[in-house]
Amino acid sequence: MIIEKRIVLKNSGIINPESIDDYINTGGYKALSKALSGTPLQVVEEVMSSGLRGRGGAGFPTGTKKKAAASRSAGTTGYVVCNADEGEPGTFKDREIMENDPHLLIEGMIIAAYAIGADKAYIYIRGEYYKSIGRLQNAIKQGYERGYLGNNILGSGYSLDLEIRPGAGSYLCGEELTLLESLEGKRGYPRIKPPFPAEKGLWGKPTLVNNVETLANLPGIIEYGSSWYRSSGTEQTPGTKIFSICGDVRKPGCYEVEAGVTLNDLINDLAGGTHDGLPWKTVLLGGAAGTFVPYSFADISMCYERLREKGATLGSGAVIVAGNERKLISLMQSILRFFRHESCGKCVPCRAGTAILHEKSMELTGKGYDERLTILEDMVNHARQMAKSSLCPLGQSPVLPLESLNRHFREIMAAEQ
Amino acid sequence: MEQQETIAGFSPDKSNILALLHALQDNHPRNYLTEEALRAAARHLKVNLSWIYGVAGYYSMFSLEPRGRFIIRVCNSPVCNMMGSADIIDILKRILGIEAGETTPDGLFTIEEAECLGICDVAPAMMVNRTVYGNLTCEKTAAILDEIRTGQNRKK
Repeated sequence: MIIEKRIVLKNSGIINPESIDDYINTGGYKALSKALSGTPLQVVEEVMSSGLRGRGGAGFPTGTKKKAAASRSAGTTGYVVCNADEGEPGTFKDREIMENDPHLLIEGMIIAAYAIGADKAYIYIRGEYYKSIGRLQNAIKQGYERGYLGNNILGSGYSLDLEIRPGAGSYLCGEELTLLESLEGKRGYPRIKPPFPAEKGLWGKPTLVNNVETLANLPGIIEYGSSWYRSSGTEQTPGTKIFSICGDVRKPGCYEVEAGVTLNDLINDLAGGTHDGLPWKTVLLGGAAGTFVPYSFADISMCYERLREKGATLGSGAVIVAGNERKLISLMQSILRFFRHESCGKCVPCRAGTAILHEKSMELTGKGYDERLTILEDMVNHARQMAKSSLCPLGQSPVLPLESLNRHFREIMAAEQ
Repeated sequence: MEQQETIAGFSPDKSNILALLHALQDNHPRNYLTEEALRAAARHLKVNLSWIYGVAGYYSMFSLEPRGRFIIRVCNSPVCNMMGSADIIDILKRILGIEAGETTPDGLFTIEEAECLGICDVAPAMMVNRTVYGNLTCEKTAAILDEIRTGQNRKK
């Protein structure tokens, strides 16, 4: 029986998220004082040695990102941008943090901004997250009043301004370069990469873009040190990860555990198992842009390295459980309809490809066994071409769920009633 | 709030464009961006009107057409879909007598199919303006509509 290990969610449901005093009384803003008493370089090095990896989906080492942004922003303006545009289907962990412990994110952002020498920071948050926006606005106001934001923070001589910018309903803006375009007041079209944000980000300046959960890990790392952080999790995925578990489970919700627990322990011990008590049919890991796994993956260790070895992804931490009775063709159609809707239309292969894939998936319904196998194969090939010829992760995504479905479930899908 | 007053609350910084458009839209009883509002926003941010139109037309939360007082955003993403959102959309359409994307003749409700709203732990789910409703069933959905209607009648 596994239990949660809460670092990021330690205050969630315990303190009053509207009260800065509650946050301070549980040790809040101590890490910030500690960071400010040292040099920015010390912060970067502590994060580097913690081995923290970006929690938005890509799993990129956070320290490396910080170091790149810090070295570029020396002597010039730089920005920190929090990616709070949580839109991956099945993902709701950042909302949990922002609604229940907004000061934790703000403290993490100030630490990150100090590390790279930025004097301005933004939280780009999805427009539908009204409650999170309200909680953050209140927390930022309190932060200014208490001297954690604004000029000469805690008498350190370091100053930072922090503002919120709402999105307006575009999945694509969750991709970091598209997010920056949107933040600059434009349509959410992707940019060509490189240059990466650390070189040329917001308004052409060096910019550090980090996910909410990533930033919320920083106060703990700074306060207790990187070796404490490394004492949880695995060698290549240190620390904890919040999994948002949903679908056919008795207790859907966010669960923070040490990286490396098994998939079935997550589903059974924390999320209460499936409704019917039977083994699940498949789990979609990482959201729509993720991978399907069969029940033979039940004992896989949930960390970046093990999943990658097996051709699966951890992604944002979405764990979408489909029970024994679920129809995979219908699930696939729903995912492909999503991509079709969210394609921005800038790259032709993605604009046309997402529509073709969705239409082909709809054709599967009326076809027999052999025809379905042919169509599936054809769809995977289409998705591979799209992945090669599209600019941003959206066009590169459909191949992940499609390949994994084709690899593990092609016969089941071909025979599905 | 008067339009000019709303606009004055935002610094003339291009990064405020989405926040400003949200505020202008929320300010209108029919939940949409009028041409006049777009022109005023363009003047304030010192961008061309075509720029503002381009942005307003791109993001799905904005509307250039009048909508209902209550925007029903019903999630139809993979998780909600799996948990039965099709039934919820059907019952909404049946009760209100409109299709997704349309507004009831009394100007009260608009149905919109939304992509993942990030409330998958209570799928199937929907939002009505700023309020989240989860673990929906057909009965519960009908009751929510009734409740909103009753609230509106009481106001009259």
